[in-house]
Amino acid sequence: MSDKANYVRRLGDNALILSQRLSEWCGKGPALEEDMALTNVALDLIGQARMWLTYAGELEGKGRTEDQLAYLRDAHQFNNLLLVEQPNGNYADTLVRQFFFDVWHYFMLEALCSSSDARIAEIAQKSIKEVTYHVRRSADLVVRLGDGTDMSHKMMQQSIDRLWMYTGEMFAADALDAAMSDQGIAPNLSGLQEKWLQHVEEALAEATLQSPAAGAWMQSGGKQGKHSEHLGYLLAEMQFLQRAYPGASW
Amino acid sequence: MNLRAQPSATPLQARIWQWLEQVSDPEIPVISVVDLGIVRSVEVTEGDGRPDGQARCTIVITPTYSGCPAMGVIASEIVAALNGHGLQQVEIRTQLSPAWSTDWMTETGKQQLKGYGIAPPAQRVIDISGISRKRLQAPNVACPHCGSSNTICVSQFGSTSCKSLYQCKDCMEPFDYFKAH
Repeated sequence: MSDKANYVRRLGDNALILSQRLSEWCGKGPALEEDMALTNVALDLIGQARMWLTYAGELEGKGRTEDQLAYLRDAHQFNNLLLVEQPNGNYADTLVRQFFFDVWHYFMLEALCSSSDARIAEIAQKSIKEVTYHVRRSADLVVRLGDGTDMSHKMMQQSIDRLWMYTGEMFAADALDAAMSDQGIAPNLSGLQEKWLQHVEEALAEATLQSPAAGAWMQSGGKQGKHSEHLGYLLAEMQFLQRAYPGASW
Repeated sequence: MNLRAQPSATPLQARIWQWLEQVSDPEIPVISVVDLGIVRSVEVTEGDGRPDGQARCTIVITPTYSGCPAMGVIASEIVAALNGHGLQQVEIRTQLSPAWSTDWMTETGKQQLKGYGIAPPAQRVIDISGISRKRLQAPNVACPHCGSSNTICVSQFGSTSCKSLYQCKDCMEPFDYFKAH
């Protein structure tokens, strides 16, 4: 049972950390429409994180709520992908990060919709409708900016090359992934990788952007709680209120 | 599959459905929670035979978007409305599955949205069966002001989770579009 709790918490951590990152753009987006789009996506993700973390807390059985899981864990106790904690950087960095994640998220949720765990399937069925809209937007912008001006093309290519090494971890199964897949709770990650690669490569080709070479070196560790230095700073801001005023509520 | 009081409903259940039709979405005040399709069922235990003689009811609602901040307000407004009609024992239960869909919005609800200047969903439930780029094009939406279908999607995300921003190229007015979900 605790395996399942840990797995569900990973799903929640991805949504929570990316939501926090996107929220940093609030009021600073390059155009009003973009500002609203980023915060809309952040809002969907925080809603999904709440559903996952609430369930993770119930499975864990120690009485921890969604809020306690979000605000009272330290960096090494988070199991999100390294990709989602990467800084916003320039707008191309934010978009490429979002596109890589959205496509993974869509195929992951598509598989989780038929999870042997009814509650996981239910949350996935709710979330995938929102995520279909997220992919629509991020793929659209990757094509428009990749196949845009010389400057936008160059910046998109740089972001792809910079962030590519964080995509391998999405498909590198560890013992927990394998156990969940064996029990029919979660998908086999190599099948997921094929779909992801095909979709991403098609979009990049349409955007006149180069896909990095196969077999490129990949960074990993996020799922095991080994994070980049960026996560601690993100948590410092996200958790400030609960750390400074323990138990504060309204 | 929008719901209303069933023929088998008790008089109290039927009255509760009518009362719920007076509770509106806080962000789109022209549409009621019933016309929006988020009320899934009304369960009532009549007061007869209970020590306090009071009826208890449970309203089952389904969230629209996962992060929609209106859901909390809607839940408390339902409780307040029913309290106002003398029902003191009201419980709100949230049900995720089946996931809420704009297909559950009533025809009345769609007309009310249009009258308010928000284009109602142009298609049935969103197609989640694939993400090829062709499949994911923004839909063609008729302008709620002049009826022209010569419109463009300005932004896929609008002022709330449930809407996109469009503009009519004939009357030039910008408008909100309630996305199919």
